[in-house]
Amino acid sequence: MGIEPGRLHFSWISSAEASKFVEVARAVSDEVRKTGPSSKLIKKLPEVA
Amino acid sequence: MEAYTEKIREAAQRLLKENKVDLVMGFQRGTIPMMSQPVLIRKANEGERLHWDSHCGSNLANYLPKRKERIAVVAKGCDSRNIVVQILENQIRREQLYIIGVPCLGMIDRRQVLGALQGREPLSVSETNAHLVIQGKGFEEKLERSLFLQDNCAICIHRNPVLFDELVAEPVPEQTEVDRYEDVKGIEKMTADERWQYFRELLGPCIRCYACRNACPMCYCPTCFVDESTPQWLGKSIDPTDTTTFHFLRAYHLAGRCTDCGNCQRVCPVGINMRQLNKKLEKEIKERYGYETGRSIEQRPPLDTYRPDDAQQFFK
Repeated sequence: MGIEPGRLHFSWISSAEASKFVEVARAVSDEVRKTGPSSKLIKKLPEVA
Repeated sequence: MEAYTEKIREAAQRLLKENKVDLVMGFQRGTIPMMSQPVLIRKANEGERLHWDSHCGSNLANYLPKRKERIAVVAKGCDSRNIVVQILENQIRREQLYIIGVPCLGMIDRRQVLGALQGREPLSVSETNAHLVIQGKGFEEKLERSLFLQDNCAICIHRNPVLFDELVAEPVPEQTEVDRYEDVKGIEKMTADERWQYFRELLGPCIRCYACRNACPMCYCPTCFVDESTPQWLGKSIDPTDTTTFHFLRAYHLAGRCTDCGNCQRVCPVGINMRQLNKKLEKEIKERYGYETGRSIEQRPPLDTYRPDDAQQFFK
């Protein structure tokens, strides 16, 4: 839908795969940090004059 | 296709008289031209109300889920495929249904006709095989039928019903020389930013009326995710974040289930072509699993079966 590549990740981790979870979580957070703050799918509160 | 009317009436009256069904779902003439409307007939002598023309684009499968009666339903190619999906998803039983199949030559897009009339109001519309004849105050127009088809009908490759108990006419030739995914391929080629912009513009006019959902024969959840409040999954506003999320999530819920009957686009009051989202998923399912939705009640859909070799290249 036009979200930057690198912001969205999919993985299948079993409850027995703790070390894989850690690995993937680290990789995802590194990747997303690199992508920077999101400007998409941000909702602005109605502005009052 | 008006000639089908007699056949449909005859079948409805016969089925009701012989007590084979409790009700017949079909179309009757609408109160304004080009707006044939769904009707439920319970008595044989009301069968005369039934009607058929090129303006029966609504999908009657929408009225089937969870009904208990024995029902005869008039079904075009797309409708019949939706009925197949509903049977597969246990929303209705095959034994309850008597399907009156209608080989379809495509339905007319009323908005395109109104556009061609440039503000003149049609008072009556009749049709021959190749033309629409439109009469209004002080004018008569003859339009070529094939140029005014609904978008989804123009690229339809299953015009004949796939499941039926009787057909009202000989099957019509299927269209083979159509590219169903021309627009989708164009969107696939865009960069992330272009796509973001494209969807903003596509879905921008949405007023969140949910007509698309209500008209969809596959949207039969007792409570839709957009209506839930504990927890509330989705904001109620027309902020682009909310409208975009609504349309994308609805499309995902229809993955491998949508038959491109076009009812969503047909009923949209602001004319959004949300079918592009559904067609992308249709294309994915076709490419990954070689599956076309609703062709047979014998085969389980790929998304509710497991195979060790299922495609999953997007997983880490």
